[in-house]
Amino acid sequence: MHMADALISPAVGGIMWATTAGLIAHCSRKISTTLEGSRVPLMGVLGAFIFAAQMINFTIPATGSSGHLGGGAILAILLGPHAAFLTIASVLTIQSLFFADGGILALGCNIFNLGFWPCFVAYPFIYKAITGQNPSRGRIVTGAVLASIAGLQLGAFSVVMETVVSGISELPFETFVMLMQPIHLAIGLVEGLVTAAVVTFVWKARPEILSMARGVAVRTAPSFNGVVTGLAVAALVTGGALSWFASAHPDGLEWSMAKVSGKEELDAPADGVHGMLAGIQEKTAFLPDYAFKAPEHEAATPEGEAPAAWPAVDAGTSTAGILGGAMTMLLAGALGLFLKKRQHRA
Amino acid sequence: MPKIDTSLFEIGTLDRLAAGNTVVHALDPRAKLVATLAFILTVVSFGRYEVAALLPLLVFPLALSIQAQIPGPYLLRKLLIASPFAVMVGMFNPLLDQTVLLHVVGTNVTGGWVSFVAILLRFALTVTAALVLIATTGFAQVCMALTRLGTPRIFATQLLFLYRYIFVLTEEGLRMSRARALRSFGHRGTGLKIYGFMLGQLLLRTMDRAGRIHRAMLCRGFDGEVRLNRHLRWRRKDMLFVCGWLGFFALARVFNLPQELGQMLLKVIP
Repeated sequence: MHMADALISPAVGGIMWATTAGLIAHCSRKISTTLEGSRVPLMGVLGAFIFAAQMINFTIPATGSSGHLGGGAILAILLGPHAAFLTIASVLTIQSLFFADGGILALGCNIFNLGFWPCFVAYPFIYKAITGQNPSRGRIVTGAVLASIAGLQLGAFSVVMETVVSGISELPFETFVMLMQPIHLAIGLVEGLVTAAVVTFVWKARPEILSMARGVAVRTAPSFNGVVTGLAVAALVTGGALSWFASAHPDGLEWSMAKVSGKEELDAPADGVHGMLAGIQEKTAFLPDYAFKAPEHEAATPEGEAPAAWPAVDAGTSTAGILGGAMTMLLAGALGLFLKKRQHRA
Repeated sequence: MPKIDTSLFEIGTLDRLAAGNTVVHALDPRAKLVATLAFILTVVSFGRYEVAALLPLLVFPLALSIQAQIPGPYLLRKLLIASPFAVMVGMFNPLLDQTVLLHVVGTNVTGGWVSFVAILLRFALTVTAALVLIATTGFAQVCMALTRLGTPRIFATQLLFLYRYIFVLTEEGLRMSRARALRSFGHRGTGLKIYGFMLGQLLLRTMDRAGRIHRAMLCRGFDGEVRLNRHLRWRRKDMLFVCGWLGFFALARVFNLPQELGQMLLKVIP
């Protein structure tokens, strides 16, 4: 089930459409300049294959329910990221137009959620990093499973963000996240196993298909992928889970200020430049103090209470950790790219 | 996901409906595409508690589907099949939003129920509009309209190829699925291992087929660039269609038409 138009505001729909349209244009340009003509029918036929494969089910042993292939990861492995993105976009377009599976306005969101994360994030940084140039069976399975899980987690999180930011549904962020992420963890695992099964079959029957696909896919700079992946995983784990173990005691600065002035934070003047900037900060901080904003009608806890339970398991802190880590990496990456471009020109 | 044997039937039905011969079918596909997109944007731009203001917009899909002779029960059935996601997410609204908004016939109606009904209405409007678009225009024409409106050519080609080969590959998948069902006595062989083999076989056959298709295209003069060859003429009735409907959408968005009508009636009835 993909996102429906009924739950999206025009702003969110418009932004995601603009992003997706830009990505489609970029991938189209990349493909027409670098790949030969034989890719054109291959993309179409593989898209139809994914379509057909999605309709055949298999039974999952312990649960009695059935699962099926999603397709993003397999396409990325066989076609490379750009062609795979276009193929996924086309499959989702047909599903939306013919089967009403996802609205037209929401198509931009769906293509981004189901196409961008597997093709441009999970495939290069996880699958390729793990399998490298000489894949073995164990590496293919590990790579496929981890890449599928990561792609689906990111996609599910995007769905939550888009729905919550649109504001049409009343579901609060925490509930939605707690519902979506575990389910998609299970789905990601199943998808990873299916992808691994199919890729292993192809690798055993005709390994030249995989090496040809790898040869055509865009080459990234060697040997950085492992480092970047390791750092990203570490940031995710730290921000998501280890942040619960952050100490509740005051840090060095607050401790010294408390000893000197009796308070942990000094009060800033409420008017003038301080007041205006504080107002701005209050509005832009969507995760104040690394947790979700407490709703106004909750009674404030009295000062001097016993310290809160430790580790402080909190969805807000995890989100703050993960989002903060992601934004920091993005900013660092952007800065790095900018500096590299300046160096080229100099 | 739709079952494999019914989905072929579904695509075939829409294809057959699109081959009809009414006034709506004869309009330029770009006009219909633009009108549908504007309609969806208008519906989605309403606030979350507006139900009555959405009702006049029902005219667009109703008028087009009646004029194009698309069977109503067919549209309703597809609407029902597609509804689970919107219903499941919207269902929480009545539970979470308890502020009372109206009093109707002595009972209190909370905001949650109003927004739930609004979500269902928006869903019905947007999905029907998309279905009517495909049923009156046909997929190839929609792709052509997309290229004329600026989509990269390779993406339109990809869509056309995909559409063409969905029929071929779903038939093959259906044969495989049926063969497995006949040999599995209900549960043997329906697990992951056999599924992996099946998909792997289908994939290898797919790639071989892609190679044959490419060679056939080369034999017929394919040089890497796909040219879509059809005449699209923009006539006055297409302009009238687009301007008329866009004007109506703007009117329905700015003025709450049912409310105005209700107030006028109240003035007339003593």
